[in-house]
Amino acid sequence: MSVLVYLESENKAYKKSAYELASYASAIASQLSTEAIGLVINNDTPESIGGLNQIISISNESLHTFTAERYASLLSAAFDKSGAQYLVISSSADSKYIGGMIAAQSGSSFIPNVIALPENIEGKTAFKRTVFTNKGFAYTSSKSDRCIIGLSKNSFGVHENDVTSKVEIMTFELNEDRVTVTNQTTADGKATIADADIVVSAGRGLKGPENWHLVEDLAEVLGAATACSKPVSDLGWRPHSEHVGQTGKPVATNLYIAIGISGAIQHLAGINASKVKVVINNDPEAPFFKAADYGIVGDAFTVVPQLIEKLKVFKAQNA
Amino acid sequence: MKILVCISAVPDTTSKINFTADQKSLDTSGIQFVINPNDEFGLTRAVWFKEQQGAEVHIATVGEASVEPIMRKALAIGADKAFRIDTHPSDGFLVAQALSEQIKKETYDLVICGRESIDYNGNMVPGLIASHCGYSFINTCTGLTIDGDKAAATREIDGGSETLETSLPLVIGAQKGLVEESDLKIPNMRGIMSARTKPLEVVTPSNPKALTEDLSFEKPASKGEVTLIEEGNIDQLIELLHKEAKVL
Ligand SMILES: Cc1cc2nc3c(=O)[nH]c(=O)nc-3n(C[C@H](O)[C@H](O)[C@H](O)COP(=O)(O)OP(=O)(O)OC[C@H]3O[C@@H](n4cnc5c(N)ncnc54)[C@H](O)[C@@H]3O)c2cc1C
Repeated sequence: MSVLVYLESENKAYKKSAYELASYASAIASQLSTEAIGLVINNDTPESIGGLNQIISISNESLHTFTAERYASLLSAAFDKSGAQYLVISSSADSKYIGGMIAAQSGSSFIPNVIALPENIEGKTAFKRTVFTNKGFAYTSSKSDRCIIGLSKNSFGVHENDVTSKVEIMTFELNEDRVTVTNQTTADGKATIADADIVVSAGRGLKGPENWHLVEDLAEVLGAATACSKPVSDLGWRPHSEHVGQTGKPVATNLYIAIGISGAIQHLAGINASKVKVVINNDPEAPFFKAADYGIVGDAFTVVPQLIEKLKVFKAQNA
Repeated sequence: MKILVCISAVPDTTSKINFTADQKSLDTSGIQFVINPNDEFGLTRAVWFKEQQGAEVHIATVGEASVEPIMRKALAIGADKAFRIDTHPSDGFLVAQALSEQIKKETYDLVICGRESIDYNGNMVPGLIASHCGYSFINTCTGLTIDGDKAAATREIDGGSETLETSLPLVIGAQKGLVEESDLKIPNMRGIMSARTKPLEVVTPSNPKALTEDLSFEKPASKGEVTLIEEGNIDQLIELLHKEAKVL
């Protein structure tokens, strides 16, 4: 009973998340003394990754754009054929889309938002996962022999390993998808909240959309993605896609910088999985100071421009 | 057009989450339950389809009698009829199976679920229902129009968005953006009065099964103190992020 892991590609190369996912799958496989096998779609020459023994590579013209039905049936067929016990998937929007569909088609269970390797609890194999949007953890076991594991981003890390992965090309029959994608818009070259190592986020404390150059300039120096609090997107200062928190996007990044955000419980729940949190707020009583690792009590309009300038110097020295 | 909105009852977003002494379940004392926010966006869009295109709107909730107040609220917002599927919603698989059984009985053109419920964050119910019922499925849906049996939708993807087309019957995973925040309806007196007499049917599911089991719960460890840095000492912040936190 091997461990299968779906490694997402982008422009015919691995997405960043793939390295963590492969490391995690290899670690479960070695716990179980079995093999970890990668599944790669539309990445013709997949390089060795994360200690995987084998990579199954699937290429097909019609798989160039992600469509959920096709991808789900393909992954479910591969899961069935491999006889694997686990299928590990990422926490990307696409993988979350198809997780339930693959589970239904392959008759397996699905445990999402997993943050650690399995452990034994009451004689059962339990996976620690976040619940209540990071306000708690559950130890969850599968009642089915086969289980899909959704790994939370940035929870396990990348573990280098120099095993050479044997690549095998596979072909699958594909059905038409009933849902067709007519257009796709992405901000090319910009870091996304889902992938970025650093996220710079601002709230109502910035007073208005005309001040967002501060956020964008800071993000640019850091190669960070930009985000905002809920009222900022409700007011139309920033697009909904930047709203983070319990009812917006979750953030699990290495460094989260919050500017003029009070730190309401709904906001904190959504960003708490980030490793290091910095807050800049002129109110020393703002609840965010209780959740942050580093804080500056000060006016964003004086602190942020200085921070940008000093970071430019730092970056130049450490380039 | 016949629409079903699947609604889950979740702790109000301001709730502090605690678990029972045996760590086996959520401690519900002092917790106010509300309509799952993602479901509320979906419900609001469904009521829009009712008002603009004459749709009939049903809601369904899997749960014990304690969920009925939030179902009455959904009726007050504008749904026509409610089904409470009478069993404990122990995991997403059980819930999806119970809902699918009801959906096959009634048959719908459109089934709206939240993209996830904010309690157990399962992310799976809409995809499971679509697969069980053989409907098309669009997740993280931020826009939906319907013309005859054709649907046009937008979906949020990582770092952007996508427009999609499909035909009914369809399941969507709703989220913020599907309707504007300002369009969310607070039930008015007339709505609340009429909700009292709208049909709320209790259905016994055949035998849905959970495929996962939560063995125990725990709260996050409490955080250490924040390190405060003087406003005029930004170099120190950069130094700490570089050397101590190692994130720069
Ligand atoms: C159902 C529900 C769901 C919600 N979900 C979310 C969610 O997902 N995400 C979310 O973010 N919120 C959410 N909220 C809203 C949340 O309760 C707060 O209202 C919101 O997070 C506050 O946003 P804010 O911090 O930008 O604004 P405010 O609370 O107004 O805070 C602004 C902060 O800026 C500071 N400030 C002002 N001027 C300056 C200055 N010159 N320099 C530095 N600091 C300054 C102030 O001291 C203050 O702390 C939700 C609310 C509800 C009811």
